Amino acid sequence: MQNLIHLLLRRMRLPLIVIILTYAISVLGLVLIPGVDDQGNPWHMSFFHAFYFVSFMGSTIGFGEVPYPFTDPQRLWTTVAIYLTVISWLYAIGSLFALFQDQAFRRIVAYTAFTRAVRNIREPFYLICGLGDAGHLVVRELAERGIRSVVIDRNGNKIESLRLENFPVHVPGLSADVTDATTLIAAGLKKKQCAGVIALTDADHANLMIAISSKLLAPRLPVICRAESHDFAANMASFGTDYIINPFDTFAKRFAMMFQSPSMYLVYEWMISMREAPLSEFASPPGGTWILCGFGRFGKAVRESLSFKGVRIVLVESDIIRTRAPEGTVEGRGTEAITLHEAGIDQAVGIIAGTDDDANNLSIIMTALDLNENLFTVARQNLRSNDAIFAAANIDMTMQTGRIIGQRAVGLLTTPLLFDFLLLARQQNEDWANVLVSRVVGVLTDRPPETWTLTVSRHHTPAVIQALNKGSRVTVRHLITDPREISTLLPCIPLYIRRANNAETLLPEEDLQLQPGDTLLFCGREGAETHMRWTVHSAHAMDYICTGCDRPSGTLWRWLSERQGG
Amino acid sequence: MNLEKVFFAFFIVLSLTLNFGFFIGELDDPNHHNVYELYAALVVSLIATIMKFGDRAHIGAVLLATSLVADLQLIAAVIVWTVSVHATEVGLTPSIMSSIVSLSGGALLANITSVIILVTETVMFRR
Repeated sequence: MQNLIHLLLRRMRLPLIVIILTYAISVLGLVLIPGVDDQGNPWHMSFFHAFYFVSFMGSTIGFGEVPYPFTDPQRLWTTVAIYLTVISWLYAIGSLFALFQDQAFRRIVAYTAFTRAVRNIREPFYLICGLGDAGHLVVRELAERGIRSVVIDRNGNKIESLRLENFPVHVPGLSADVTDATTLIAAGLKKKQCAGVIALTDADHANLMIAISSKLLAPRLPVICRAESHDFAANMASFGTDYIINPFDTFAKRFAMMFQSPSMYLVYEWMISMREAPLSEFASPPGGTWILCGFGRFGKAVRESLSFKGVRIVLVESDIIRTRAPEGTVEGRGTEAITLHEAGIDQAVGIIAGTDDDANNLSIIMTALDLNENLFTVARQNLRSNDAIFAAANIDMTMQTGRIIGQRAVGLLTTPLLFDFLLLARQQNEDWANVLVSRVVGVLTDRPPETWTLTVSRHHTPAVIQALNKGSRVTVRHLITDPREISTLLPCIPLYIRRANNAETLLPEEDLQLQPGDTLLFCGREGAETHMRWTVHSAHAMDYICTGCDRPSGTLWRWLSERQGG
Repeated sequence: MNLEKVFFAFFIVLSLTLNFGFFIGELDDPNHHNVYELYAALVVSLIATIMKFGDRAHIGAVLLATSLVADLQLIAAVIVWTVSVHATEVGLTPSIMSSIVSLSGGALLANITSVIILVTETVMFRR
């Protein structure tokens, strides 16, 4: 704000001086030039009248020659004064408009509005750097959950487009250099409401800069970073970056899980899927020889994970030397039938198009399907704007960089327990996963499940604490009981519990007794969470669920019913 | 030589001298106080104020404040003059004249402060 006024005043100095001078000259001229009054006596205009006349003349209102008709010398001077004042006004207003259009001025206006918006945030918010596909997804998902965020991106157009979207909460955005520490501070890095920093730009070095700045300036904040190369990931980990997301490794691991345990993969997909997304279907990749086109970072990660699972892979790469592709790699882009034949497309069961060019990836898939229509197809999609064509190509599995990163970041922020659950679940066998899938399907409609956590504490579950203090026995079953009708259960499943002593249990039993400090992870149909939150907040509902009788909550009725009972 | 500083010093000193010229004389005698001089003092003082607009330095801000005070005092004097002559039938009585001149005297003090600050700044600025 200070800057704004300073700039405004500084730029308006000359126009204002010009206006004052023209007014001063015009007024003085009118006072000095003699006139005649209505009786024909010589008469001099007073300063007051002259100023009055120049004021309405200069603003082109023009009330006429007052108080007496002018003489010719007065009219001559008025002509000069008209041009002087009108031009000086035009100049002043023109400079004002030029200032409003000025890039520097507009930048300061945007910056001022941004810092004010950030200053006025009173609830926890996340600082998101980089508004690419991933950043955009994170902002949207957080906003839909009512969580505030602040966005910085180098690209002004992206910030501009943020303004056009209808998020349920206001998301302040600034187009500035994300690696600049002052920008991060202006975006609220040091505010006590800041809950975390998420660096999602597509440049690893920028993400590294953001991570190190926030670790130095606000060490208490968790930092989530995107890193596409292992060097940078190791560098970020070295100073304590909390979560590092490598989209290629994340995808490769998940893809490999599909080979090992398709049900487990499905559990994974559902738990971390976005709201509003359709429920993904069960797909099992065939065992046999796979063709992998493109041996970049994506190809390397996929190959490593798949070889670990014992899948045979034929590589296709156009630049064998630069990518240091192993022996036996077929040279070519994979977009031509010749290369694919050479790679053995007839015997292959699946193809993975993993180059960094969307057009090439689509071309690989189309060509491969022409040659062998039974192939399982996997394609890497680099830009979200190509969603429509990838959907039309009917690909079995699409890897979208932005979505992978976004899902993971949102999951880490909203349900951190989910990743503990998934880590533990991965060690279970396929039968366990099958049972879980069928249980989850049992409570769902056609939407993916929502996941939420519940901590037994005075703040989060006052009703549970109250019941425990009274000596009641509160179990998991009480939590998942429908508070409107205690004979039914809410459409949700308790997935995981972490006790106060850090003991973890997968799929806790319904009669497990709750203790203060327990944290539970649930998944279930939309809306189930609201009912559960109602139960744990309302002592009355909790009491009804525990005892089965609807006791009056008002003092008078309670007294009456006690008398009746006694 | 900084042209901006020359202009500013010129206007500050000019507004002091003009103001002094208007102020000097018998306090309540209209013949000793020329209306043109008051007019010129006001215009010059306004210009001096605008020249300090948007100055981020501390001394610049103080100079802006003192010249704003001078402006206010002079504008008050001008309004008293205008109202007494044009809006009412009172005219330039000795009591009106003395209040106009004492208002300009206040502006004179503010002008002197400005000049003192200006001189101090100049003396400190050894180059």
